[in-house]
Amino acid sequence: MPQTFRDLIAANKRNSAILVVVFCLFVTIVAMVLGLAIIAYFSPSAVSRLNFGRALLIGAVAGGIALLISTLAYYSGDSMVLAVSGAREIEHAADPELFNVVEEMAIAAGLPMPRVYLIRDSSPNAFATGRDPQHAAITVTTGLRRKLSRDELQGVVAHEMSHIRNYDIRLMLLMAVLVGTVVMLADLFWQIIWYTPGGSRRSRDDDKGGGGGIVAIVLMVLGIVLAILAPLLAQIIQLAVSRQREYLADASGVELTRNPLGLAHALRKIEDDPAELKSANRGTAHLYIANPIKKFRARADSMFASHPPIKDRIRRLEKLAHQYGEAEEEEV
Amino acid sequence: MSPVWVVVIIFGAVGLVIVLGFVAIYNGLVGKRVETQNSWSQIDVQLKRRYDLIPNLVETVKGYASHEKETLERVVQARNMAMNAHSVSEQAQAENMLSGTLKTLFAVAEAYPDLKANQNFMGLQEELKSTENRIGFARQHYNDVVSQYNTSLQTFPANVVGGMFGFRPSEFFKLDAAEAAAVQKAPQVKF
Repeated sequence: MPQTFRDLIAANKRNSAILVVVFCLFVTIVAMVLGLAIIAYFSPSAVSRLNFGRALLIGAVAGGIALLISTLAYYSGDSMVLAVSGAREIEHAADPELFNVVEEMAIAAGLPMPRVYLIRDSSPNAFATGRDPQHAAITVTTGLRRKLSRDELQGVVAHEMSHIRNYDIRLMLLMAVLVGTVVMLADLFWQIIWYTPGGSRRSRDDDKGGGGGIVAIVLMVLGIVLAILAPLLAQIIQLAVSRQREYLADASGVELTRNPLGLAHALRKIEDDPAELKSANRGTAHLYIANPIKKFRARADSMFASHPPIKDRIRRLEKLAHQYGEAEEEEV
Repeated sequence: MSPVWVVVIIFGAVGLVIVLGFVAIYNGLVGKRVETQNSWSQIDVQLKRRYDLIPNLVETVKGYASHEKETLERVVQARNMAMNAHSVSEQAQAENMLSGTLKTLFAVAEAYPDLKANQNFMGLQEELKSTENRIGFARQHYNDVVSQYNTSLQTFPANVVGGMFGFRPSEFFKLDAAEAAAVQKAPQVKF
């Protein structure tokens, strides 16, 4: 049986849940191993005296501190993102059609009306901000506003609205915090290794056990390997989650409009547009409906893409449309 | 600790978990039922929005297309009927008639370029189109919410709690066969 948008939504939510759990386990393990490796560096014999319980405690403390610092560092209000992008808030009277399109989606989703912002740029794009539906904002470029029909605009707004109601902004913030934690732990490890003398000279005298030596070396090696690979792996997981949530927002958007072709045609127009969004940079690129940095969009098949390939997204939407017996519109 | 105490504590903990579970499920069902009532009234809010927009529209059109008195009168009549409707099916029927008359009115307005270019008219056209969409989306949202509520009531374990406290499934918003036919019909344009 072909997948309905409800099946797609359920699958995407399941995948992101699995990814997040894996990520949390990953961060815990990294914190543990690096914490132990640092201890092994200072005192190999101390390692043999550790039991699993204490190792867990050390990992938790190290991870907890890094997490706290990361959270504080990444605490950014919506106003910062909007200001950086040069967005201006608009009222109903300034653009009744745009406002009505957003309000219709708010009604379909059963959510309060978000604030609406406009960016002066001919490149068609859009993004949503807001940690929860009560503090949400949808931003649209003037290019998008001009170049899309009402149905296509509604498809894009429905996609952004879905990011808000699925709490994707909050999820991506959490992901950023986790990645920051891993990077910080790896950094800390390197700082300690390079700039502090190791404990091997001090403990040679009291290293009577002997077993501590091998474990210490293994831990050090593991620590070095993880310190190199962990930040990379963390980013890969983060980007995988980002891609899942994009697919989810597409399917969720269809749940609102019941019109998959609206968004499909909008995506095609966005893809074909030659202009490049001036105010976007690598830090904010993941927020937009399509990666605004063109050369990244072209490499969308890789693990390092924040968005799935646009052709794939269009294909999934068109498959949904076929199921509802909608005729494919003529290519204009 | 004596074994008796251990058993008591275990039973107590299990009992607590069950009670908390029941409370959570009950609250969940209440929340979903309130959401169905809320989204039902949302539909009314959007219907009333339409009633409020129509007098302005009629006045604007009269200024340019005074010959179309018949069409305008039908719109006003349909609006009054819809506002005074009592039962749900009466209202649904009147609403569909009102939609039909409005479609005719906008089709007729196509023949008057001055009217079409009038800012006020264009603004009202957008607002009325949006209102039609909003009514549709409000009904869609109502059905979505009813679907979630009814599904909860029929699946385990909420069906147990639901049965105990007398929760009953809500009805979907449906057009009956005659109304559905009326909505599908193309607007009649008579000159």
